[in-house]
Amino acid sequence: MSTLTSGNTLATPTTTAGLAAAWMLARREWTRFFRQRNRVTAAILQPLLFWLLFGTGLRGSFTGAGDQSFIEFFLPGTVGLIILFTAIFATISVIEDRREGFMQSVLVAPVGRWPVLAGKVLGGGAIAWVQATFFLLLVYLFGAAPLSWTIVPLMLLLAIVAAGMCSLGMIVAWPMDSTQGFHAIMMLGLMPMWLLSGSFFPIPAWNDSNLGQMILGGVMRVNPLSYAMVEMRRLIYPEIDFSAAGFAPSSSACWCVTILATVFVSVLAWYFVRGSRKVDVVV
Amino acid sequence: MNSAITEQSMASGRNGRVADIVCAATDLWHTYENHEALKGVDLRTHAGEIFALLGPNGSGKTTLFRLLSTLMPIQRGTVRISGFDSHTNPLAVRRQIGVVFQSPSLDNKLTVDENIACQGALYGLTGKELNSRRDVLLDQLDLTNRRKDLCETLSGGLKRRVELVKGMLHRPRLLLLDEPSTGLDPGARLDLWNAVRAMSDEGTSVLLTTHLLEEADKADQVAIMHKGRKIDQGSPAQLRSNLGDGVVTIESTNVSDAERILREELGLFPQRLHHQLRLQSDSAAELVPVISARLGNQVQAITIGRPSLEDVFIAKTGHKFQ
Repeated sequence: MSTLTSGNTLATPTTTAGLAAAWMLARREWTRFFRQRNRVTAAILQPLLFWLLFGTGLRGSFTGAGDQSFIEFFLPGTVGLIILFTAIFATISVIEDRREGFMQSVLVAPVGRWPVLAGKVLGGGAIAWVQATFFLLLVYLFGAAPLSWTIVPLMLLLAIVAAGMCSLGMIVAWPMDSTQGFHAIMMLGLMPMWLLSGSFFPIPAWNDSNLGQMILGGVMRVNPLSYAMVEMRRLIYPEIDFSAAGFAPSSSACWCVTILATVFVSVLAWYFVRGSRKVDVVV
Repeated sequence: MNSAITEQSMASGRNGRVADIVCAATDLWHTYENHEALKGVDLRTHAGEIFALLGPNGSGKTTLFRLLSTLMPIQRGTVRISGFDSHTNPLAVRRQIGVVFQSPSLDNKLTVDENIACQGALYGLTGKELNSRRDVLLDQLDLTNRRKDLCETLSGGLKRRVELVKGMLHRPRLLLLDEPSTGLDPGARLDLWNAVRAMSDEGTSVLLTTHLLEEADKADQVAIMHKGRKIDQGSPAQLRSNLGDGVVTIESTNVSDAERILREELGLFPQRLHHQLRLQSDSAAELVPVISARLGNQVQAITIGRPSLEDVFIAKTGHKFQ
């Protein structure tokens, strides 16, 4: 049996220690995801089912820009749904970590709280990104969308949206005591956010709208996710001209809004994670 | 910045040498809304010392534990660990402490090795340094052959040992253990205590909370907590010796009358506890026949025993230790 040697503590107070901690926490999210087989299966099958069922069922009742059928129109929306749900559900593990005690050991570690946020955003975002990429690969493989060079900026856009969604999930999950409460907020706030982003139905144009549609169109236009969806649609179907669609901001506007919104929710998440003592009292 | 470790006291460890003060808490108060959980607690722990916070549920020991572990902000008072102030420099304090919580803090979906690697990353330990430290601790706690197992497959005792490895991984100067024996069978408790003793022998100051009297009895120093206050402190032997050589417990059919007789006729000062009278004395054995003769048939039972920590608690509070 070995013996311990006495001496000073081995803990090192460096920024790299924080980065290593964030990376380790991100890897942990990844490992946990792949060790829960039902989660992996559901992650692959659920969006496929959603896309095929809604796309096929509503095919006859919809014609979009460039004579798109609903199954084509709904493809970017499905990718958005994958990102939204996977990223946000990944952050639900914050509540589980707290209830199962793991968070306690993180909070008394000498790295501060930013690695917790960074680890969750990096880990959860990577899961969401890979899942969306896998779905797109299947789509391209079966010829449901044309493969082109735009896949490169599309991957980048998906990564930014995934990071933003994870940060948003952290804002919701951090002060929560129960997963039930998290689900309630999800259905009340985040699901409408996706529905009102032009994922499921087009954003109405101003000129031929009645009052109700104008209000709806206004809400959809202030939703930052709408801009990411417009750009995602352009990058998935580069050959279609969407300029005549009801809502068609420029690519640069879409990228700016998406990046600014991601930065904003990330800063807000950091503010909550750093400042809140609630989590300490709960554990 | 270990130059901050300058505080020393003349307290001696088990080996008789002068030991550094590792943890110094001064005049700690804590309030939850309308409930005062801590009321001016002071304590000092030294290098190589096992220090037990003994108290029943609600005595304030868990609150004190959370303050020492930096999990809750200090409202009033100061905590210095290895010279670092917990309020002004919590990150430096966290480098000095290892914490083992009462509730498990393992990720059950990860293996033992992965949990330890996670802990290492949180404390800036990686590569060879982490591996060698992990191997030594796993070996010491007899976990080497379980290192690849998922934590969800381990028994409660084994999980506790993994928690201990996590707490000791970065070689803390102060190891905080919250109710470490909870949920363990006797064999696992023995293993845990052997590990704790080995760590303190290496110079680590170990502070544990417990409501188990036999566990506190194994510590070098015991602070007894009651209703948010520290009511006594010393080595278990010191605390017991304050009560004399023995404790006489009398059960009577008429406790009030028996108490009156002992006070007025025998000049004794018994402590009444429910249906019992208790007396601490240096000559307890000599008192028994005198009391027995005077109370006669009123006595249902009279027993004599060496003072225990429970007797210390009762003597100080007038309450049973529950």
